[in-house]
Amino acid sequence: MCLAMPMKVVEIYKAESGIAGGAGGGGAEGVGEFGGVRRKVSFQLLEKVELGDYVLVHAGFAIAVVDEEDARETIDAMDEACIDG
Amino acid sequence: MAEPTRSPAHEEFRRRDLVLSLSERIAEKAEGLGPLRIMHVCGTHERSINRFGIRGLLPGCVKVIAGPGCPVCVCPVSDIAAARKIAKVPSVILATFGDMLTVPAPDGSLQSARSEGADIRIVYSAADALELARSESGREVVFFSVGFETTVAPTAAIVASLAGRPQKNFSLIVSNRVVPEALELICSSPELSIDGFILPGHVSVIIGSDAYLPLARDRKIPCAVVGFESVDLLAGILDLLEQIRSGIAVVANSYSRAVLSGGNAKAKAFIAKVFEPCDAVWRGMGVLPGTGLSLRSEYSAYDAISKFGVKVGTEDEGVPEGCLCPLVMTGQREPEQCPHFGRACRPENPVGPCMVSDEGTCKIRIEFGDAG
Repeated sequence: MCLAMPMKVVEIYKAESGIAGGAGGGGAEGVGEFGGVRRKVSFQLLEKVELGDYVLVHAGFAIAVVDEEDARETIDAMDEACIDG
Repeated sequence: MAEPTRSPAHEEFRRRDLVLSLSERIAEKAEGLGPLRIMHVCGTHERSINRFGIRGLLPGCVKVIAGPGCPVCVCPVSDIAAARKIAKVPSVILATFGDMLTVPAPDGSLQSARSEGADIRIVYSAADALELARSESGREVVFFSVGFETTVAPTAAIVASLAGRPQKNFSLIVSNRVVPEALELICSSPELSIDGFILPGHVSVIIGSDAYLPLARDRKIPCAVVGFESVDLLAGILDLLEQIRSGIAVVANSYSRAVLSGGNAKAKAFIAKVFEPCDAVWRGMGVLPGTGLSLRSEYSAYDAISKFGVKVGTEDEGVPEGCLCPLVMTGQREPEQCPHFGRACRPENPVGPCMVSDEGTCKIRIEFGDAG
């Protein structure tokens, strides 16, 4: 139920009539891609999103932007511990 | 930088070399520690743990148990009965997640209501249900809403959008639940003796790691917010072992690429705008105060229960006789210890709720065998 897919943001547009980005808050919608599959995604729950970001998508809504820099730091720290260990 | 072709970092969280190294470090860290019970509370975690064979990578003294992490499993009989009643109103289309259809209930499942003529449709989200209401303007579309905070946030955004663009033929049966309050109640139960919590990554994306501070600070239980890849799970368990060893409980964030300490502010604001806390039944576990959500008065026109004048029981009607789901959901029994498991109770004919959902511990155990 709480599954969220990481998708790459490949398109961002302001919603005109879409439900997800509609009258509620003027949030943007766009398109996310994962493994060649493209889906409409609402960015209404995000403060900020940019093309090329990876976002976690649940029930058609992006719920977080994946912090790639943080991910890189975590992996690098583990690599270091791996070598030291 | 001279690394033009490196894949996105978030895709490295399944790297085999890191999995093996973490597994070794866990074994070292666990040395000399007594039997430890680490509980996760997320069906998606149980699925990942089985898929990656995580339990096989842990030393014998570290036991990972599945807590009540499946919102379909904890949905009470009274809500299913109410959904059945509303679904049988001729003008109604009941829209819900596929898993909800076969949840067994004494008066029958939603599937059986469907075979008796009720129009029940499977949707992927509240947005789909609202879209259905807009396209079926002559019908009443009722969204049977289950799920934890991850699912509540998009649902809240959809409901909030109704303030600007009302939809008179749309309403909801709200059977959502919140996690941190439930964990506090669970860990106060002496028979559970939990040594650490693996906290649900995507619930935490919404509510933030700080939401669990009382668990660490007041209950002194080590906590780690954990993602869903093999490296995430092992790193989280390693973190818990370090806390157990040091005797200092904190809320570690092993999923910091997605989870902030304060969570997703916009999502939390939508939830607070649309819903307020209420007491709620967790099937087989009784009433847990403050763990449910109900629509705020501004949105009461979208409350299907009052719209259709249905009475909802407030008692926990539990599970069928002999079914051990409540004990499985709280990590006190393994599915195999249930007399129905794999015999009378199978995914195609579930006796208890944990055999229904893809996130139910019993269903996952049957799918993966005991290799997890």
